[in-house]
Amino acid sequence: MILLQLVSDGLLLGAVYALFSSGLTLIWGMMNVINFAHGDFVMLAMYVAFFAYTSLHLGPAIFVPLSAIVLFGFGVLVYLALVRHVMRGPMLAQIISTFGLALVMQYTALWVFSANFVSLPGTLVGGVYDFGGIRLSAARLLAGAIALMLTLGMHLLLTRTDLGSRMLAVSEDRVAAALVGIRPDPMQALAWGLGAASTGVAGALIALFFYVSPSVGDAFTLIAFVTVCLGGFGSVPGALLAGLAIGVIESLSAYWFGPPMKDVAVYGLFVALLWVRPQGLLGRA
Amino acid sequence: MRPRRALPVAVLVVLLLSPFFSFSPFYQRVAALVVLAAISASAWNVLGGYAGQVSFGHSVYFGVGAYSALLAFTKLGLPPIAGAPLGVMVSVAISVLIGLPSFRLRGHYFSMATFAIAALAELLVISWNFAGGAIGMMGPANSRSLADLLFRGSLPYYVIFLVVLAILLALTHLMQRSRMGFYLRAIGSGERAAESLGVPVRRYKLYALLLSGAFTALAGSLYAVMIGFIDPDSGFGVLISVNMVVMAALGGAGTLFGPLIGAIILVPLSEASNAFFGGGGSGAAYIVYGVIIMLIARFSPGGVAEWWRILSRRRVRRAA
Repeated sequence: MILLQLVSDGLLLGAVYALFSSGLTLIWGMMNVINFAHGDFVMLAMYVAFFAYTSLHLGPAIFVPLSAIVLFGFGVLVYLALVRHVMRGPMLAQIISTFGLALVMQYTALWVFSANFVSLPGTLVGGVYDFGGIRLSAARLLAGAIALMLTLGMHLLLTRTDLGSRMLAVSEDRVAAALVGIRPDPMQALAWGLGAASTGVAGALIALFFYVSPSVGDAFTLIAFVTVCLGGFGSVPGALLAGLAIGVIESLSAYWFGPPMKDVAVYGLFVALLWVRPQGLLGRA
Repeated sequence: MRPRRALPVAVLVVLLLSPFFSFSPFYQRVAALVVLAAISASAWNVLGGYAGQVSFGHSVYFGVGAYSALLAFTKLGLPPIAGAPLGVMVSVAISVLIGLPSFRLRGHYFSMATFAIAALAELLVISWNFAGGAIGMMGPANSRSLADLLFRGSLPYYVIFLVVLAILLALTHLMQRSRMGFYLRAIGSGERAAESLGVPVRRYKLYALLLSGAFTALAGSLYAVMIGFIDPDSGFGVLISVNMVVMAALGGAGTLFGPLIGAIILVPLSEASNAFFGGGGSGAAYIVYGVIIMLIARFSPGGVAEWWRILSRRRVRRAA
């Protein structure tokens, strides 16, 4: 029974991991750039949610979409001001640029919000449901369900719509896409916008049941890396499966080896994976 | 020496000699920290600059060096510096065990792997109670002998650090002009191309990592000797790697004096902001670091060294 409980908790959290990781994998798939600030995007979204609730008295039904919109704009801005210019540059510039962004975001947050841990009231989405002995909190259930739907939605957007086909065309071959009349630049800006919006929703959902602090993003960045690596770089369905798997691994290793060991298990898995299959489990070689 | 090099070299020499003529303890302390930062940044530069392998995991080497020094003191009662050779040996072992497999990864993948390894190492050290766990370890409180290298002023540290930096830069200079230097630059500008031209890529990346890791570990030991305290964050924290990356990138990654120039600019800046904003000021310094990293990446990946090259070229053209 306890095992089922742990697995279902893990799956719900894993769905949220899958959501923000699918943003990272979208960006990677489109332009082979890794966003080292991805977890800090999640952190920003958590603060947006926190600010919207405490200062503007908005409920989750409003602050979740609001955070998605704010982060969408932020992602497009980061692309236009920074990434667009470094992605054709030397490898050093590509890699350190978003790392610098991560530093600025983290320490600006520290400066503005101080190092204190804050959290939304647990009763915001209150209640616990009992499914034949498995007790699931409403906040986590809501977060998991929304995240799962949006990740699937992202997949459908990419595979079933005209816009998605254009984005995939750019990710497959920029030049060829340009030749058939698809301008790569707006598509890549859109990928950054969508990628960031996924962190916007995910962050606002996580804020329902998790504390916020300026340094909370590092762990999310690494979780996104592991997820994307396990699921295959550029694959949204891969990110979904991997996100769920990682949620379960975290939850089980926290129970078996103690809470500090859950990060060790996940990072260790990542390092091991990179050595064994750098292209990811479901990725193409 | 070509005339266009005379001016910067003269400025550098004056700057490096200035602590001997200053009686301000603050100035001498900052000077010692500048040279210490320059050692680790120059060490990072061998792998990250010349060979183009952008590591965010060099904090592991730094931490190994720092912990070896204070473990030698707390567990064996030896002078902390006696732990330095151990630190270097462990760094060699880590290079072979962890570095070699991760060299199969290129570009972004390599950077992601090093970032994760560093985070993993910090977590493991936090739960390693033998080495002080999350609290860390202290160095000797009183000088028992000269070997403890416990000095009241910072000038002796400055001299020691300067000697180590000189050795490292001399080695780098030799490497730069040798076959290895050419190989590393070839790897840095295109791994597949270098491989197809017959460069033994993985072997030379390993050589670069051995040199880079050993000196980073030594810098860690020297840090522990001077500061006399180490905890998981100040040894293995991600900011330790950030310092190396930002200094090398600002000064000019893949140039001999770039990291030193970066350290000369950035260490006083962060010390001043610490003095100005108080204890919480280190945060402000890292906002500035982040902005500098983005500006360098966006506008001038060559760093200060590149600006100097452009400036002097213009002057030569005007003179001609």
